[in-house]
Amino acid sequence: MSITMTLMQGAYIIAGLLFILALAGLSKHETAPNGNKFGIVGMTIALIVTVYAAVAGIDVAPLGKSVGDRAGTGMVGLGLIAGAMAVGAAIGIWRARRVEMTGMPELIALLHSFVGIAAVLVGWNSSYETAEYPAIHDVEVFVGVFIGAVTFTGSIVAYLKLSAKIKSAPLVLPARHWMNLGAIAAFFVMTVIYTLTPHENVMLRQSLLGATTVIALLLGWHLVASIGGGDMPVVVSMLNSYSGWAAAAAGFLLDNDLLIITGALVGSSGAFLSYIMCRAMNRSFISVIAGGFGVESGTSAGDVDYGEHREINAEGAAALLTEARSVVITPGYGMATAQAQYAVAELTRKLRERGIDVRFGIHPVAGRLPGHMNVLLAEAKVPYDIVLEMDEINDDLAATDVVLVIGANDTVNPAAMDDPGSPIAGMPVLRVWEAKDVIVFKRSMATGYAGVQNPLFFKENSQMLFGDAKARVEDILAAL
Amino acid sequence: MRIGVPKESRPGEARVAATPKTVEQLIGLGYAVFVESGAGAAASYEDAAYQQAGADVVDDSVWGADVLLKINAPTDDEVARLRKGQTIISLLAPGLNPDLVQRLSERGVTALAMDAVPRISRAQALDVLSSMANLGGYRAVIEAANEFGGMFTGQVTAAGKMPPAKVLIVGAGVAGLAAIGTANSLGAIVRAFDARPEVAEQVESMGGEFLRIDVKTEVSADGYAKEMGEDFNAKAAELYAAQAKDVDIIVTTALIPGKPAPRLITEEMVASMKPGSVVVDMAASNGGNVAGSVADQRVVTANGVKILGYTDLPGRLPTQASQLFGTNLVNLLKLLTPEKDGQLTLDFEDVVQRGVTVVHEGEVMWPPPPVQVSAAPAAAAAPAAYEKPEKKKMSGTTKLVMAAIGALAFLGVAAVSPQPFLGHFMVFMLSVVIGFYVIGNVHHALHTPLMSVTNAISGIILVGALLQIGHTGKLWISVLAFIGILVASINVFGGFTVTQRMLGMFKREEVRS
Repeated sequence: MSITMTLMQGAYIIAGLLFILALAGLSKHETAPNGNKFGIVGMTIALIVTVYAAVAGIDVAPLGKSVGDRAGTGMVGLGLIAGAMAVGAAIGIWRARRVEMTGMPELIALLHSFVGIAAVLVGWNSSYETAEYPAIHDVEVFVGVFIGAVTFTGSIVAYLKLSAKIKSAPLVLPARHWMNLGAIAAFFVMTVIYTLTPHENVMLRQSLLGATTVIALLLGWHLVASIGGGDMPVVVSMLNSYSGWAAAAAGFLLDNDLLIITGALVGSSGAFLSYIMCRAMNRSFISVIAGGFGVESGTSAGDVDYGEHREINAEGAAALLTEARSVVITPGYGMATAQAQYAVAELTRKLRERGIDVRFGIHPVAGRLPGHMNVLLAEAKVPYDIVLEMDEINDDLAATDVVLVIGANDTVNPAAMDDPGSPIAGMPVLRVWEAKDVIVFKRSMATGYAGVQNPLFFKENSQMLFGDAKARVEDILAAL
Repeated sequence: MRIGVPKESRPGEARVAATPKTVEQLIGLGYAVFVESGAGAAASYEDAAYQQAGADVVDDSVWGADVLLKINAPTDDEVARLRKGQTIISLLAPGLNPDLVQRLSERGVTALAMDAVPRISRAQALDVLSSMANLGGYRAVIEAANEFGGMFTGQVTAAGKMPPAKVLIVGAGVAGLAAIGTANSLGAIVRAFDARPEVAEQVESMGGEFLRIDVKTEVSADGYAKEMGEDFNAKAAELYAAQAKDVDIIVTTALIPGKPAPRLITEEMVASMKPGSVVVDMAASNGGNVAGSVADQRVVTANGVKILGYTDLPGRLPTQASQLFGTNLVNLLKLLTPEKDGQLTLDFEDVVQRGVTVVHEGEVMWPPPPVQVSAAPAAAAAPAAYEKPEKKKMSGTTKLVMAAIGALAFLGVAAVSPQPFLGHFMVFMLSVVIGFYVIGNVHHALHTPLMSVTNAISGIILVGALLQIGHTGKLWISVLAFIGILVASINVFGGFTVTQRMLGMFKREEVRS
């Protein structure tokens, strides 16, 4: 028996509401697991109804229309759907169970690419469907395929960069901005031609669709290839946004409000995260997207004499820590690469057992993914209520005895505030140098992602602890 | 080489130049260590503890060692015991004691002054003036509290209200800051003044209120306060006079090394203080900041103000002071023993080693060439701090015009659009707005789970592919739809699973009993 269109749309409205509740639930730690459950329930409802409709057919009679009924695909369709979903579910759950928390950025990037490729496939398929309003439909096909393809290759490049399968340095081609603009202009022109081409001219229409897909794939690849590793939090949230817009475009294409709602939610969510990240780096969205940051050297780079840095050993650091009353740890991407989060958590636990107040200060762009550090620390069982955001902890740093800077560099660079000529001038930073003592864990005196020398290392109250962050933290643990 | 640690001969001195802990470190540097019997007794370090640490406890034959570690400058008798080729390391105050320097050079020894360490970052670890001043500042407040007839902290009790004590700290160097911190932690209202306005932040960080006067001063280039101009001094005197009438405790720490201490608190100011007030003059050894202070004496003025001129404040915490002093000595010897082979070598290319050397094998080396502190130029740039580079902001009218153009363009499209499209657009627009508001509330720590959950729900594109699969006609449509379903399912199931996993990790701290 076929399902009525109205019943299906009703189910979609419920699913849409549940998705909104899912995102709203994530506003607090306490409600977050419930939020995820809302999402699962919404998805289940939407999928059951859709699978039923696909298999048993849709009846549009209650809408007062006479045409538009869909025949069901019967057992053949059900078999295909079950097979595809079973394989997808198996792969998805297997990856999700196995992934290391340090590998979250790669996984997220990879998942974005799947939405992108799915949008491309759905777009291609529906280019063959006859529509009530052919012109609008044609534009929707093009927009959907274009965004989907950009998301797909962009996410693949982001994945390769994040998993260090290719170098994360920005690719700087000559006239790269013109190439990007050219791709977008070509897309517009081809969309117009496609819309004006009669449906009988299958050859030309297919070629146009194919050409647009190829251009979009190249554009997505180039966009992300030209952005460096440290800007990845922005890139990943930007791709998150794109994957949402791709889903929304597919919704317009398929006349499906649930897809539009979900796509819009995801799209605006990614855009908002990108905005937070950009603000945290004091850079405009355009400048991040245009890429190539850190290539042009800043005005103050070079031969400034910062004086000498001081070294400390693990025993000295342990002694400082045991005498401290309050300690703040500011981790960065280096903690993730060194896999030091468990050692850091153990250190935190030991210090807290001694009655020392230990907290974490997280810069919004620390790591390669928004919230990356929080997940790593949570994995290592650091209670989340001592993990604070930059704005929450910055004013307390002056009253802190010891700050441990683990694998962070640009996010604790005083030059951002003091040196107007610095490439990172104006970027909000953790003011760790206001604390009584600062211990910087670092592999060498090399500069950070932005290629800017860090005057923090030469401050009178900072001391360097060289070596692998994990090994050094373990040395401190031994010395305690 | 052999290191000797003699018992301090100065009356009342309880400190010792090495503790069992630092003895171990010295032995680690390759030295043999000899400690005079009873040297550490007054600082609660017993002979047995030294022996356990690896030192030999001997009688006054300790003076035969190659390197002598002492706290105080050697007395005339002690200088007479020195022989050619020996090295003596202690406080020497070479600027104030030219006679002593002369006599040391006549003995043909090498003399290193711990109080002549240049004030640069690298040398902080061996700067005894800092480490002792820190203890001194603490003890000064404790001594004042001991003499003061009231409590430092204010309280309201059933027996009446007690006002908090008001404390003025003059000079916010190491000692001053330590005093501010100590007085503040006892509950007093703390005010502080220093000729260098750039220390205001440090004063405030210790819990003190920084008093300002309205005169331009130069930024200190060598880490010490300079003697100031007349105009400044007059203004400062006004400030002291006003404060003296108000506060209960004054601690002065204005000590410029090698020079007589500046007279800051005059007789009239002391006379204007309330009876029972306490003044601690930490500069009494160099003549005193306070009129009427006598070195090492407690003086009570006619109006009942107690002036303490103790010069042995750090020595009144002998256990801790010995440990810090000893560590400073170890750090100096580390510098002088780069090979850790117990052989002391001096490298005059190094400003620190050059700075501390007062006499080298009988040759007078004092005074050393001046040292520029590397931090100084950076301080000059400080006023530029916290200024953000200007950004081009879009003017209000430009924004308005652009918004109007956008709205008109949309209206143009809408006029020719079919009704269902506009219906979808309404849904789209409202969802974007809801999305922004909902995401704006998401906790910063949950941004990664947020991304994985949005990943999962954007897998909803699955429904598009579901409706395309399995129809008769074009086979490749089914193939593409099959792939679409497969990858979108990875998103849906993978996204929700990984979110669940992550959220399970976030644990609040368990409430401790």
